[in-house]
Amino acid sequence: MCRLKFSYAVPAGLLAAAIVFTGCAANDKGGNAAATESGAAAANGGTVTETPAADTAAADFTAATEQYRAYVIEQCDAFVKETEHFTEAVKAGKLEEAQGLYAPARMYYERIEPIAEALGDLDPNIDARENDVAAADWRGFHKIEKALWQDQTTKGMAETADQLLKDAQLLRAKVETVEIDASLLVTGAVELLNEVSSSKVTGEEERYSHTDLYDFVANVEGAQKIYELLKPELAKKDAELEKTIGERFAALHAELAPFKSGEGYVSYEALKEEEVRKLSQNLDALAEPLSNMGTILGV
Amino acid sequence: MSKQNKPMDEHIQNGSLLGKKLNRRDMLRLTGASGLGLLLGGSAIGGIMGTRENTPSSAVALDNTGGDIIPFHGSHQAGILTPAQNFLVFAAFDLTTVKLPEVRKLLESWTTAAASLTSGKLIGDANDNLNLPPSDTGEADGLQPSRCTLTFGAGPSLFDARYGLAALRPAQLADLPPFAGDSLDPKWCRGDLCVQACADDLQVAFHAIRNLARIARGIAVLRWTQEGFQRTGAADPKGSTPRNLLGFKDGTGNPEVSDNAEMDRVVWNSSSDGPAWMAGGTYMAVRRVRLRIEVWDRSSLSDQEATFGRHRKTGAPIGATDEFAELDLKVQDKSGKPLVPPDSHSALAHGDGTVKMLRRSYSYSSGLDPVTGQLDAGLLFISFQRDLLKQFIATQQRLAASDRLNEYMVHTGSAVFACFPGIREGGYIGQSLLG
Repeated sequence: MCRLKFSYAVPAGLLAAAIVFTGCAANDKGGNAAATESGAAAANGGTVTETPAADTAAADFTAATEQYRAYVIEQCDAFVKETEHFTEAVKAGKLEEAQGLYAPARMYYERIEPIAEALGDLDPNIDARENDVAAADWRGFHKIEKALWQDQTTKGMAETADQLLKDAQLLRAKVETVEIDASLLVTGAVELLNEVSSSKVTGEEERYSHTDLYDFVANVEGAQKIYELLKPELAKKDAELEKTIGERFAALHAELAPFKSGEGYVSYEALKEEEVRKLSQNLDALAEPLSNMGTILGV
Repeated sequence: MSKQNKPMDEHIQNGSLLGKKLNRRDMLRLTGASGLGLLLGGSAIGGIMGTRENTPSSAVALDNTGGDIIPFHGSHQAGILTPAQNFLVFAAFDLTTVKLPEVRKLLESWTTAAASLTSGKLIGDANDNLNLPPSDTGEADGLQPSRCTLTFGAGPSLFDARYGLAALRPAQLADLPPFAGDSLDPKWCRGDLCVQACADDLQVAFHAIRNLARIARGIAVLRWTQEGFQRTGAADPKGSTPRNLLGFKDGTGNPEVSDNAEMDRVVWNSSSDGPAWMAGGTYMAVRRVRLRIEVWDRSSLSDQEATFGRHRKTGAPIGATDEFAELDLKVQDKSGKPLVPPDSHSALAHGDGTVKMLRRSYSYSSGLDPVTGQLDAGLLFISFQRDLLKQFIATQQRLAASDRLNEYMVHTGSAVFACFPGIREGGYIGQSLLG
């Protein structure tokens, strides 16, 4: 079990440092501290800025972190299962079925994306877009996306499909060992919304399938899960902030609602310029107060 | 030299200035206004493109230190009579909330932030907490206040059905009527609220708008912004008349800001002018005027001068040699034609000489027009007046109808705002309206 050790506001890039693989469930406190410290030092140009977590004694995040771990594993299980359906359709040459399974399967991944991003090469292997990696290394969902939508075929994708399923299974195995603490939750929630701001809102994520709204919604849901878990502590520390975040989630969902279509969402291409802008502004309106959830980590 | 200046000149000449405790701002204003002899005459009245000096911009040249603080609190808002700073970042906001208490909360939060921003202090109290994003974005940390002013106003749309304020809308606060030749793009028009940020440092001005927009998230969003500049004090230490992007001296006919009675006549609303909440406030007209500079650059000097009615080099009326010579529209050449063409910008802006407004415009450059590959550059015209109809609209109708300059410009943006009365210590922006 993991308790908060350091009250860093850990930048996204440092998630890797905050997530530590341990061979067993036991904590190697010294090791964790060192990893986090050196990460922060690098980000600050070598200056170690350490804040002992003395003031956080009152806050107990045990329940929240354990529940989040359970959520991550649950999402991961579903992700593997849905990816399997998807890759089977690809290999069976069922173009339309594969197209239909693509976006819903990805949502399980998008809800826990920062966790996956922290796990080394897994994120690029699963989720790299065409120009994110060298052409020879490109694999994963978006390679198949290009075939399914641009080339309108499943041909030549069998190997990529097999590899994708293996990568998904590897992710499921590795998340078991991820150590989760409160600062990871806080940072992860903001990171999920930043994902939306920087690639989903612009329509760059799903450039062939235009299923960006699925990713958009999943990222928001992933952030909301964290907010729900931290809500009791947040309400104690800053009730107004807790209320504001809740209202802004509701406002964003209301803004997204008209774009629902059946079980899924309309093509991102169907959105008008001003609709995209409004979604983006609602997202910013939510992310701003959400980024202050770190207040529960003590001063 | 106008009659208002003489006492000041004598003041300085007598040396009595030294005996009085004047603050730095007074000193700047006095020297800017009369020590350098740059004041307007009584004749030239401002149009969109003035051609002669105004007091505010001349004073700019004298302030190179960037260290001055312009008080945020007072009976009128700063950034109106304040001598024009080097840079402008103008922002129009749209409210996204439908709740009046949230609008009030935003203006209260902006008030607190504005007091910090204009005095060079960091916003908020979470600037050292490692667990939180800093409450101030930090790019102005350690910079001088740079005479930063923030001026707030309400657009006509604030008084629509959303907030129950319709009964408080001043009759004159409405979208400007269409003017001949307008080519307005909605993306440069209107706004529920505006903030005019001016400073002698562009980063300081940008920082202010950026942070106010951040504070507004969830309540209001940026609708449009425009950065503006004029020549800096450092580039023109003598404080001579600034030139617009057409190369002509600009800033004509502004009334004297140190003349309180004149400001009460031209700029400030009195309690009898309209709704009581506007007493001490003023109306702002904003026009984004794109200049067809490529076309202008191909016209002969004589055409350019006939367009303005003035000589380019000196700024003097055509036929005169002194920049500050009276604009005499009756002077004729040998063939009996007026030397200053009646449809020149100066002649039309002058009109019958009775209508004044306080102009505080900045040049802008916003990259390329992707369609033509030409520069999108021009003027962000800003004027303050007590009465939009009698002052700005009357003048602009005259200019739009026949100004020779119209060939070289197109109005692409338009907005009007009611600038709130000054903010007293402990009060908040717009308090007289929102209670």
